[in-house]
Amino acid sequence: MKPILASVVVATTVFSSGAVQAQSAQATPAVSKPKPYMNMGRNATPAEVAAWDIDVRPDFKGLPPGSGSVAKGQALWEKQCASCHGTFGESNEVFTPIAGGTTKDDVKTGRVASLTSEKQPQRTTIMKVATISTLWDYVYRAMPWNAPRSLTPDETYALVAFMLNLSEVVPDDFVLSNKNIAQVQGMMPNRNGMTQKHGLWTVKGTPDVKNTACMTNCAQHVAIGSVLPDYARNAHNNLAEQNREYGPYRGVDTTKPPLSALPSAGMMMVSTASAAAPKAAGPADLFKKENCSACHAPAAKLVGPSIADVANKYKGVANAQALLEKKVKAGGAGVWGAIPMPAQPQLSDADNKTLVQWMLNGGK
Amino acid sequence: MSERTKTMQSLGTPNLIRKAPENFLSQEAIAEINQHGADETRRGFLRKSFMAALGGVGAAGSGLALANPQGDPAILEKQIWQTTLGKNVATEPYGTPSIYEKNLIRRESPGLTRVSAASVAFTPLQGLFGIITPNGLHFERHHQGWYNIDPNKHRLMINGLVKNEKVFTMNDLLRLPSVSRIHFIECGANTGLEWGNVAVPTVQYTHGMLSCCEFTGVPLSTLLDICGADLKKGKYILAEGGDGSGMTRTISMEMALDDVMVAWSMNGEMLRPENGFPIRLVVPGVQGVSWVKWLRRIEVGDMKYATKDEAIHYIDLMPDGLHRQYTSIQECKSVITTPSGGQQLFDKGYYNVSGLAWSGRGKIKRVDVSFDGGNNWRTARLETPILTKALTRFNIDWVWDGSPTIMQSRAIDDTGYVQPTIRQLRAVRGTRSIYHNNAIQSWKVDTNGEVSNVQVG
Repeated sequence: MKPILASVVVATTVFSSGAVQAQSAQATPAVSKPKPYMNMGRNATPAEVAAWDIDVRPDFKGLPPGSGSVAKGQALWEKQCASCHGTFGESNEVFTPIAGGTTKDDVKTGRVASLTSEKQPQRTTIMKVATISTLWDYVYRAMPWNAPRSLTPDETYALVAFMLNLSEVVPDDFVLSNKNIAQVQGMMPNRNGMTQKHGLWTVKGTPDVKNTACMTNCAQHVAIGSVLPDYARNAHNNLAEQNREYGPYRGVDTTKPPLSALPSAGMMMVSTASAAAPKAAGPADLFKKENCSACHAPAAKLVGPSIADVANKYKGVANAQALLEKKVKAGGAGVWGAIPMPAQPQLSDADNKTLVQWMLNGGK
Repeated sequence: MSERTKTMQSLGTPNLIRKAPENFLSQEAIAEINQHGADETRRGFLRKSFMAALGGVGAAGSGLALANPQGDPAILEKQIWQTTLGKNVATEPYGTPSIYEKNLIRRESPGLTRVSAASVAFTPLQGLFGIITPNGLHFERHHQGWYNIDPNKHRLMINGLVKNEKVFTMNDLLRLPSVSRIHFIECGANTGLEWGNVAVPTVQYTHGMLSCCEFTGVPLSTLLDICGADLKKGKYILAEGGDGSGMTRTISMEMALDDVMVAWSMNGEMLRPENGFPIRLVVPGVQGVSWVKWLRRIEVGDMKYATKDEAIHYIDLMPDGLHRQYTSIQECKSVITTPSGGQQLFDKGYYNVSGLAWSGRGKIKRVDVSFDGGNNWRTARLETPILTKALTRFNIDWVWDGSPTIMQSRAIDDTGYVQPTIRQLRAVRGTRSIYHNNAIQSWKVDTNGEVSNVQVG
């Protein structure tokens, strides 16, 4: 039964019934007072919807018209993407690799054969992705990493074309466009590699594993199959400092070898971690906290230059400190390549000074 | 055994001649006493130093005898907090935990990711009580870093198959009828490091992408109703975040109309920025990636969207090379949190063993605990409240005789599903999966009292 609500336009449409029925067991009868909040919010303008509604679905709904060549994609890639993903999309330095692990046979079958073997060390993006819309959508919405949503549709077509060229899906002279993208979908190496037949999509789905609640003599033989290797004992730093220093459960002091025997309760009074003086937050912590480490590493080039490279470049430059402080605050581009250094307006002058001093000192 | 340990043990034994703790006076103090003798002030100082050197052994539990026959210095001596004026109210206008709690913090797992803006900080489950996660310890997982978004500039748009495409401000949202519910949130990759073998030492890193809070917000069904969502054609919604990654996830309309909410509050305060301030989606029972943070848009559509994180990452590789797509439900799971990996027991005797159980399909019905690697089981006490799609705390008595022990917990939910062993899971899903590992966890207690992470089978 449809409620009759002359004053509320929305509620008179066929869409309105039932939307709230599930959450309220004490739901009022269908013919009831109009819901007093039904006119909350305001209508979105077409320009607003266009600005935000950028998603592209597997049926290509939402895909803007345009085109881009492999060659243009390669040029863009080298400028904007290679620093994180490697020249051939092979880099595992910052993120998992984009390309590799697929063959021309996979393009024919639509199933990536290396997914069944243990030999392939890394599962790359192209090995897994079944839908080209996914690549297009993500590059357009979220890339490059430190300047999301800065690419045009044409640039996005070009970059997707280049990635597929790296994977031998399209030839070197290929131009990807909204007109031929559906055809290219028919060549995606793992287009037949997904299943949605499982019980983990809805609450009512059927689980695939069945255990029984046995209570006595359930295991013939209890065998330990895997333990943490000795070398990893302190890999997560001193566990004594990651637990409370009172109460019955303390952290193991992983800076020392395991105890040879049970220590007895008397040992509980020995404070495990407080001997180490609290570390004052230095420039290295600041560097991490302010997220500089997302783009700069101590010695290796990530998105931006390494700390060592910066220190080297400005060695002996008289006003380096002031120059860099200004750059950090206001951002800049062109000195280290095309990827801009974003402005850091949130940084206090004191923190800026500390950070620049530390960088110019090679991170020491 | 160290000299210090021996000393302590003899101190703890009544009617024996007790050896003085070494070096309880500094060389300077000894020189001064030699020079000037021990007057009343120095006598007092000597007494205090001696007590300090004993380190409060007398205060130990477990029936340990007192070092000082007069009693425990923690009782006999006036403490500073008894004898001086404490701090004013609102000295800390937004309070922080005691300085003695500094060890229990969110932590990154070293080497897990290269870039901290697209990483995880794990909740220290080994030190928490009850079922509610303190807001400052709620786990973090970001895909492109977090921002402190200005709530006055934040908008929620609802578009797609709706009668009226609408925009809501925070003013609008907070005026709407709200609900408050307690739910767990677990990352689909929680425990994912351990599909192949034991990889990390503590429950913070094995299970710490797990939190549980009281969320307050408006049911998504209310917003869909206001916009006039087309429930005939609109079988799915796309939720999109306001971060750099524009995180996008498909959610079924069935869930959207059931218990999904657009939440602004977590445990009574506004969401923390790193957990989605000013609004996030709450999708009970479903892996955390679908609880889109900094939520800015809901689109109603007629097909699944296959966005990056549901087409490349949160998919489960099966032994035949097929990936399972849109795996979302977090199945019934439990873990013992105390004692757990990386902890040290100091003595035999009684312990309260405690842990957490949860199910994305409903309520926890029962938790069993084994102290012999899964051969025999005892049923644990469930603490209230026991809520649907929320953490449930369990406790069980244990008297440790000092022999090697393998502890496990096994949860059962109200659908009758029994948490599986890692062997059973691998038999179906292989070993190269990353997500949805809900296997029974084993902790080994060694004769030296050290607890470590092991896998049985």
